[in-house]
Amino acid sequence: MSRPALSTAFMALLRRDFLLAYRRRAELLQPLVFLLVVVTLFPLGVGPSPQLLANIAPGVIWIAALLASVLSLDSLFRSDYEDGTLEQMVLSGQPLALIALARIVAHWLVAGLPIVILSPVLALWMNLPEEGVPVLLKSLVIGTPVLSLIGAIGAALTVSLKRGGQLLSLLVFPLYVPLLILATSAVSSAVAGLPYNGQLGLILAGLIGALTLAPFATATALKLSLS
Amino acid sequence: MLSVSNLSFERYFERVFEPVSFELGAGSLLLVTGANGCGKTTLLRVLAGLLEHSEGEINCDSRPLYAGHNPAIKDDLSVEENIRFLMNFMGQRDDSGGSDSNSGLCQNVIEIIGLAPVAQQEGRTLSAGQRKRCSLSRLLFCDEALWLLDEPYSNLDHEGIVMLDDILKDHLKGGGSCVMTTHGSLRPEGFELQECFMTSGRYSSEWQAA
Repeated sequence: MSRPALSTAFMALLRRDFLLAYRRRAELLQPLVFLLVVVTLFPLGVGPSPQLLANIAPGVIWIAALLASVLSLDSLFRSDYEDGTLEQMVLSGQPLALIALARIVAHWLVAGLPIVILSPVLALWMNLPEEGVPVLLKSLVIGTPVLSLIGAIGAALTVSLKRGGQLLSLLVFPLYVPLLILATSAVSSAVAGLPYNGQLGLILAGLIGALTLAPFATATALKLSLS
Repeated sequence: MLSVSNLSFERYFERVFEPVSFELGAGSLLLVTGANGCGKTTLLRVLAGLLEHSEGEINCDSRPLYAGHNPAIKDDLSVEENIRFLMNFMGQRDDSGGSDSNSGLCQNVIEIIGLAPVAQQEGRTLSAGQRKRCSLSRLLFCDEALWLLDEPYSNLDHEGIVMLDDILKDHLKGGGSCVMTTHGSLRPEGFELQECFMTSGRYSSEWQAA
């Protein structure tokens, strides 16, 4: 049997995803522009008082990151589902959890990582005190992969629905709540000069948990969506 | 190779097709015919394992290759990139090297399926027949013994049909077997075949040798 080795298949999938992302780069920019616009709207809506903005900065940046991530999640499996690639992936005999993990890794690299890179600019914009910026970065680095991992389960569950986007956000936002609470509390603690390692540790634990469990849940959801 | 007994499939508690039984040995071709909507595609999807059958038994000694209506072609990738991805992901006859040693094989496949002139074009620019040819390229580089082909002749021109018949003949000669659906107007020419006729939700057990 000449089924390609797992690593070959995994890398082939990653390479294809980056190539596709590059061909559709306009689509990739949309969530980032959305993120910028949402964060820009807050000073206009709540008033430009520096103190007020500094207080709400961690929450605003994190909520905007959640929204931007869900925006890009809907397309995670949709095109593969619609053109029959997903069928072939399931039938290929390669472990579906690994296929799901490859898609999630690619999604984080093209959709999550840019949010992390953009976040210092957003912090400056929202007048977040300097002490908070490194912690915001850390929380995003370990937190945005959790968004992709948990979101992938929702994306897999809703992939067979014509307009699954709204349902997807209803499904995954409640699951993002603990992450949001921990991350914003870590950043606020850092700004107040309090210890924040506990919160970051819990997010890390969440990341490890999601990394080990979410690919399997996603694989099962994909199989359900196909039948 | 494949033996099926009393196989049926229910969707929302309603039988899509009546129980089906057949035996398919090495080197043989089963042609499933019937009107639109009689459950041919569903039968193939059940055999492929994409749908869970409700009753009966499927005994299959290897993983089948399923080529359905969805071509699994990415609109944003060129023909060559599409085929190379499938090759690295789904199967390749030459397992010895990485993707580089495959480029020769990839070029060969593109030659055989007659897409050499459009190899660098994006998937979105292909005609329906070209898409079909591209999706049939899997038959050349995957080495599954059992093929499940859903309406493989649809959209193909005369040359394409001859090409597919040749590929199929080679496959059967090499001891492979194939289940093929067709709605009747286009049929494989010059094959020893078993035929089963499905009527809406019912399966006729009449066998004909052509």
